Amino acid sequence: MPVKVETYDRVEEAARALSASRSARFLGGGTLVMRAVNAGDQSFDTIIRLRDPDFRTIRMQGDGLVIGAGVTMAALVANRDAVFLAPVARVIGGPAIRNMATVGGNLFASGNYGDLAVALLALGATVQLAGSGSRSMPIDEFLRDRDRHATSLVQSVTVPRPRDPATFRFTKVSRVKPKGVSLMSIAALLPQSGGRVQGARVAYGAMGPMPLRAIAVERALEGQALDAAAIDRAAALAVEGIAPPTDALASSWYRAEVAGVHLKRLLAGERR
Amino acid sequence: MAKKPVQFRLNGSEKAVFVDEGQNLLDVLRRGVGDLTPKYGCGQGTCGTCTVLIDGEPHLSCLTLAETIDGRQVSTTAGLARGSELHPLQAAFMDGFAAQCGYCTPGMLMAASALLERNPDPSREDIVEAISGNICRCTGYEPIINAILAAAKAGGARRYG
Ligand SMILES: Cc1cc2nc3c(=O)[nH]c(=O)nc-3n(C[C@H](O)[C@H](O)[C@H](O)COP(=O)(O)OP(=O)(O)OC[C@H]3O[C@@H](n4cnc5c(N)ncnc54)[C@H](O)[C@@H]3O)c2cc1C
Ligand code: FES
Ligand code: FES
Repeated sequence: MPVKVETYDRVEEAARALSASRSARFLGGGTLVMRAVNAGDQSFDTIIRLRDPDFRTIRMQGDGLVIGAGVTMAALVANRDAVFLAPVARVIGGPAIRNMATVGGNLFASGNYGDLAVALLALGATVQLAGSGSRSMPIDEFLRDRDRHATSLVQSVTVPRPRDPATFRFTKVSRVKPKGVSLMSIAALLPQSGGRVQGARVAYGAMGPMPLRAIAVERALEGQALDAAAIDRAAALAVEGIAPPTDALASSWYRAEVAGVHLKRLLAGERR
Repeated sequence: MAKKPVQFRLNGSEKAVFVDEGQNLLDVLRRGVGDLTPKYGCGQGTCGTCTVLIDGEPHLSCLTLAETIDGRQVSTTAGLARGSELHPLQAAFMDGFAAQCGYCTPGMLMAASALLERNPDPSREDIVEAISGNICRCTGYEPIINAILAAAKAGGARRYG
């Protein structure tokens, strides 16, 4: 195992070490990093660890929730201020994975992973990067250039809390329950004003190289009452502009066929 | 490569070992301290047979960087029995034929013991959820679920704390 481990107590130091090396990986919960180490992955030779307790805290800031990147799914499930995210965190992996997997790591998880990132995308979260280039950016922008951010340390994620929790919905479609990974996941934020949808955000996981928004669906919902006709029109545009991947769980064709069905159920508030 | 000193408690007794950089906890438990109860199945987080408790919570030892457990408490199946007296979960697994090849058993036992510690009277659904990260290729799960229910009835949680 030719890897070196560097441990830091301060975020800035860890961020500096990470940005200084192309062959370093940051260790969140390690569910993907250690998997790579065990598989003999040669694309990195250094693991960067951070021991700052602040990195694992959740706090309120105005209407938003600031979630440290080192917060685990289990901690998210247990946090009262984060109840709207509990249904998402609770279906990630099994109990042991949830005790390990972090919010920061989920932002980088690819393929059938990244369910929390999908929810954060629909919720319009912002991502805070640490270090000298310390800055905050919309999660859309972060995910679009995710590979470029591989040498940046994510310090926290700030999530606007939905005023009415019922306006945020999430579904994970998997072959095995509980614990199967996502064939697709869908998150939707559907704020309403005067009975009409205003500011809809709909996001998919496992429907592209990274979590992405269903722009055509959002447009179709905007300004509409969330009734059967509007839902049908939106569902018909489920994969407009999206080229779903083929992988071990499903073909591109299958994903495109069923996306509208799952989206429709989610929008109609049907539980399966 | 540099070795790093790590101290932790394993089933209540103090351990001090040198670990390799990048070495996982499962490897340290099996080769470093000779506790062969956690098994190596996949090394990928998918099978769950390497499940151990860290500070009472289930973790996958194959995906845990060994040096991160410095100062923490690790529990494995080796710590379940008291002398020759089996833990109620172990007894229930035996009585209910919940182990066939036995490869998944240590992970199942640790996942179940963490559940009973938290929830001494779990429902079937609670149990299914608690062992959802543990794969069994032999039993079809039913005997395992029933054994955990039986152990809970027999006061399986009381052995801890
Ligand atoms: C059996 C199994 C089941 C799983 N099931 C699911 C599932 O259902 N849903 C799901 O979404 N995921 C799942 N995963 C994937 C994974 O566990 C999660 O996505 C998890 O959130 C990743 O976080 P981590 O902390 O373990 O990441 P790590 O392995 O620590 O890191 C992953 C990547 O992110 C980078 N990284 C981590 N934190 C930061 C940071 N703060 N700043 C910069 N870079 C960082 C790392 O360098 C690495 O490249 C599963 C994994 C396994 C092994
Ligand atoms: S060996 Fe750790 S999960 Fe399979
Ligand atoms: S008894 Fe063989 S895998 Fe469970």
